Amino acid sequence: MTAPIRTATRCIVLTALALATGEAMAANDEVRVGMQLEPPNLDPTGGAAAAIDEVVYANLFEGLTRFGPDGSVLPGLASEWSVDEQGQAYVFTLRSGVTFHDGEPFTAEDVVFSLDRARADESTNAQKALFENIEQVEAIDDTTVRITLSEPSGDLPFNLAWGDAVMLDEASAADAATAPVGTGPFRFERWVQGDRVELVRFDDYWGEPVALGKATFKFISEPTAAFAAMMAGDLDAFPVFPAPENLAQFEADPRFEVSVGSTEGETILAMNNARAPLSDVRVRRAIAKAVNRQDIIDGAMFGYGTPIGTHFAPHNPAYVDLVEQSAYDPDGAKSLLEQAGVTDLTLSLKLPPPAYARRGGEIIAAQLREVGIRTDIENLEWAQWLEQVFKGRDFDLTIVSHTEPMDLNIYARPDYYFQYDDADFQALMATFATETDADERQRLLGEAQRTIADAQVNAYLFQLAKTGVVAAGLSGMWENMPTQANDLTGVSWSE
Amino acid sequence: MLAWFAGRLASLVATLLAASLVVFLVIEVVPGDPAAYMLGMNASEETVAALRAELGLDRSGIARYLDWIGGWLRGDFGTSYTYRTPIADMVAERITVSVPLALLALALAILLAFPAALFAAARRGGGADTGIMGLTQLGIAVPNFWFAMLLVLLFAIKLRWLPSGGFPGWEAGLGAALSALLLPAVALALPQASILTRVMRSSLIDALGEDYLRTARAKGLSSRAALWRHALRNAMIPVLTIIGLQFSFLLAGAIIIENVFYLPGLGRLVFQAISSRDLVVVESVVMLLVGAVVLVTFLVDVAYVWVDPRLRSR
Repeated sequence: MTAPIRTATRCIVLTALALATGEAMAANDEVRVGMQLEPPNLDPTGGAAAAIDEVVYANLFEGLTRFGPDGSVLPGLASEWSVDEQGQAYVFTLRSGVTFHDGEPFTAEDVVFSLDRARADESTNAQKALFENIEQVEAIDDTTVRITLSEPSGDLPFNLAWGDAVMLDEASAADAATAPVGTGPFRFERWVQGDRVELVRFDDYWGEPVALGKATFKFISEPTAAFAAMMAGDLDAFPVFPAPENLAQFEADPRFEVSVGSTEGETILAMNNARAPLSDVRVRRAIAKAVNRQDIIDGAMFGYGTPIGTHFAPHNPAYVDLVEQSAYDPDGAKSLLEQAGVTDLTLSLKLPPPAYARRGGEIIAAQLREVGIRTDIENLEWAQWLEQVFKGRDFDLTIVSHTEPMDLNIYARPDYYFQYDDADFQALMATFATETDADERQRLLGEAQRTIADAQVNAYLFQLAKTGVVAAGLSGMWENMPTQANDLTGVSWSE
Repeated sequence: MLAWFAGRLASLVATLLAASLVVFLVIEVVPGDPAAYMLGMNASEETVAALRAELGLDRSGIARYLDWIGGWLRGDFGTSYTYRTPIADMVAERITVSVPLALLALALAILLAFPAALFAAARRGGGADTGIMGLTQLGIAVPNFWFAMLLVLLFAIKLRWLPSGGFPGWEAGLGAALSALLLPAVALALPQASILTRVMRSSLIDALGEDYLRTARAKGLSSRAALWRHALRNAMIPVLTIIGLQFSFLLAGAIIIENVFYLPGLGRLVFQAISSRDLVVVESVVMLLVGAVVLVTFLVDVAYVWVDPRLRSR
């Protein structure tokens, strides 16, 4: 080869190498976040997948209120709100100068549109129950909205903070699944299906501009691949890291920080209250006493998780610690079973895919065998679980984690899959729903927790921990997960 | 010749129709409601029913089957339940990853297998032959996903030469895209190369024992020239069959490798669609793969005729 051709070849080779290795370096205002599940679409108001909110909540879409990192309800697109004496009419004052990503202004009309769309008869919003109480939404003027409820309720600001209640613009709502347009500090750039979603900073955001210029969510379902991606530097953070067995290695590595926080996921051993012999509270209490929570946390969750004694999150200020009530007591369990006249019991244990269920299920089966209860374990996929257990109620025992915040009211639904039917509890929850005084609400919550613990509706195991791995130098990632979201608004590189 | 061609084409269409019926029936029997899966645990019965109606799931099986087949003839491959986008678009995107990956893996496999097989056949019975056979044994026995993870540990984590997975897209440049496909292709190529080497070696040895080889040697050709010019072409038939089968396998069966390297390919698409009961996607992608396999078999048949003159008179 002649000299110019040799130089040219060398240039081409070097450029190719540079292009190839370029991916590994992230600019200081870019962050690459890993997620296990890919959202099926990007409209949080159209489906139940938590993965949707994990990408768009607070980043792309905003609601009238929003959740803070500790689960408290903070102002969002509404700067303040007031409620009348009966607790039946709320007036929200909206911020001015807010625009959607496509330039359309945000006004009270958009609030009316979004909430009416969510509560419409044909809407496929997965949390329609949140909007059931709303009788009318009207725009008083461009920045004021009045929401009238059919019954007084203290829950409205909390309900409006959910991802299912975010604000959309009528012009762009139809395409929200594939081309989402919101009011958040990031706007949608691109979705390479199966691989990643890219968001970039929205320059006309109404509030504080975010420190990050670009955020990429990469979808990696395989735990080993997630480990490889973090170690190779292809990712900057993995908020819900799927391979807890590797966490010790990340802790020992100065390039990473492991953050352990809590979630709203109450993991329970659900029991079919409508089926004998589980309809006998003594049998349910026996099963709860036969279970050793710490063994399950250590064996199935690598030590990450907080024991719970009722269906409520321990980090919540209203939490009542009732763990001791159903503490590990195999002898007590055996005597309760004797009292109930139950011998030679075999129960079906149907387990969905997550590790807390599959691994936890085997540990529980062994613990139950110690008190003389045999279990038939059946491993199901989510679709089968939904069909057989959730819809068909064809099960004795199952293990599942309920990740919605403040979901005590599922115990007030007699047709919910575990079929707990107590009129007193239903009345209690109805009173709570209409109560607006904060202290009284806390008292009622305590009473509710005690009721379902005493009735031992299910065996309450532990609260799911959020174990995340973050590159050292990246600050602002939420430690807890009060709602299924990855709020990147406060994230920045500190070097 | 023309009659043979037409006959093959007709059997291709018949195979596709039969396969479509089988695929549809199997998917119908699978339990699990896509609408319930999509809406999760908190949705009410009415919402789930509304979604079922929207997706057209409340119609009869026959109506849906005819709709599906009719859609193909119009060029409409349906819309995914979960993603709400046309399946043709999704598949087109995923094919840009799966097909180059399969081709790259096949090319690597052929590049490794041919010299190895020729070398082993030429020195059959000797130490080199035994060595190569031992290596192919290892290549077939080692699970390709385990090998993939070793490659990631070495090249991505330790040396940082290549990414640990993902696909940046062809628009990120040829270099970036190829470097993302390199490790997966190597992991896929290893067992394929081993199989190919063994098949080719034994087929070459058979050809070397034929009479026309003895004539060639008697006429004065060197051992190597005889191998190259005469044995190789005729030994190709079984090798072509295997290559055709391997390409079909690489296209659909790379799902484990696609998971290890989180590549947005066809295998992962089908896997996720099965979990979320996105029936239309599963049916359409499976039919696409059936079509691809049938097409590849057809091309291999044509290639036989081209490679082996003894078949041309047919």
